[in-house]
Amino acid sequence: MTELLVGTKKGLFVLRGDAGAEKPFDVAARAFPGNVVEFAIRDPRSGRYLASVTSGHFGPRVMHTMDPTGEWEPTTGLGYPEGSDWSLERIWAIKPGEADGLMYAGVAPAGLFTSADGGMNWDLNRALYDQPTRSSWQPGAGGLCLHSIATWPEDPSRLAIGISAVGVWLSEDGGESWRHGNEGLVPRYIPEDAREGTIDLCVHNMHRAPLRPERLFMQFHGGVYRSDDAGESWISIAEGLPADFGFPMAIDPADPDSAFVIPMNSDGDRVTVDGRARVYGTRDAGESWTSLSDGLPQEEAYLTILRQAFAAEGDGSGMGLYFGATSGDVFGSGDAGASWFTVHERLAPVNSVRVG
Amino acid sequence: MAIVRLRAPLKNLAGGNREVTIDGASVGEVLQELERQYPRIEGWVLDEHGRVRRHVNVFVNGERVREDAAVASDATVHVLPSISGGER
Repeated sequence: MTELLVGTKKGLFVLRGDAGAEKPFDVAARAFPGNVVEFAIRDPRSGRYLASVTSGHFGPRVMHTMDPTGEWEPTTGLGYPEGSDWSLERIWAIKPGEADGLMYAGVAPAGLFTSADGGMNWDLNRALYDQPTRSSWQPGAGGLCLHSIATWPEDPSRLAIGISAVGVWLSEDGGESWRHGNEGLVPRYIPEDAREGTIDLCVHNMHRAPLRPERLFMQFHGGVYRSDDAGESWISIAEGLPADFGFPMAIDPADPDSAFVIPMNSDGDRVTVDGRARVYGTRDAGESWTSLSDGLPQEEAYLTILRQAFAAEGDGSGMGLYFGATSGDVFGSGDAGASWFTVHERLAPVNSVRVG
Repeated sequence: MAIVRLRAPLKNLAGGNREVTIDGASVGEVLQELERQYPRIEGWVLDEHGRVRRHVNVFVNGERVREDAAVASDATVHVLPSISGGER
């Protein structure tokens, strides 16, 4: 039995089913009706579920529960400090850290919050908030958001984070200090003579390969990249893709040469290329890409898949891959993308997909 | 003490109470005291800077006000979502 946590514009859907059965998953629960659910995960260490929920009336917060079909309770501490020129707008990502109880939350406007008690209480990372360039940070179309948090296995001191549109930030002291890691990124949306030294870099998604943690993969706002030096510098690996624009990305944690993307036409037309829903995967670190589309709609399928709406479960040839579109459709694969089935149709527009 | 009337979901966060009595000389003080007595409401009506959220309406004796408005001891305060908020 696989459990999917699907965050949508109209609440959280908890879907349960069997990838091998190739039939739609059941809706085990719908939580937070009427509210936007940006993101939801289950912390595998504690079994606790955490969901980022934004009420149009009552603002954003992280809710928690041990049973996603039951009652949820609010966590505390997420918010900018008294006197700040910023107010919390959205919570984009929640990520378990590499120490007992350590959790991270990435928010908009772009900030990092940490928790030492599994996400029950949160504190602002001041070193990032106090960056002297903060007042000049530029938002992407989705807002000024910190969406990617790449931990280093068994080393809580090393972090890489991605911000749209303020590039990659690296820390070797657990977030006490930060520096840029942007060498090689090419922002085509900025005039050539204005690119030198810019930090207006629209990272869309970033993942670290846990078995080779100095390697990261990135989906950029026009471009797909790989870093082999822990995010210091980046090389393009987009050749072979039908388009280099897209939002989400997944990896096989057991294969440091693997990455999976879902190309979309361009920043001006954010739908699947040629009206075909296709995942592209590499197993040679981006030297070549393979279309993985067996079972996905291949005619008149103009889907938009947002940055948190693609998830992996397990590893190897039996790895599960799941993604959801703003059309409300969710697709899955139980064989690392070799074949796909429809997990569920006609949910609300999907913001995020994670395996519970 | 002012009577504060709440609707869902705030009512649920206040232990299911549709109506509570709260001390405070201003709307801001009343809402902060509401948060103190019912901590689950913290952050729902006032943002992290102590301002009434943009899509929440507060009425005192039938007049729409913000956090700096005075509240008499016999006032009735309604806290409810505005029609401008929510999700389409």
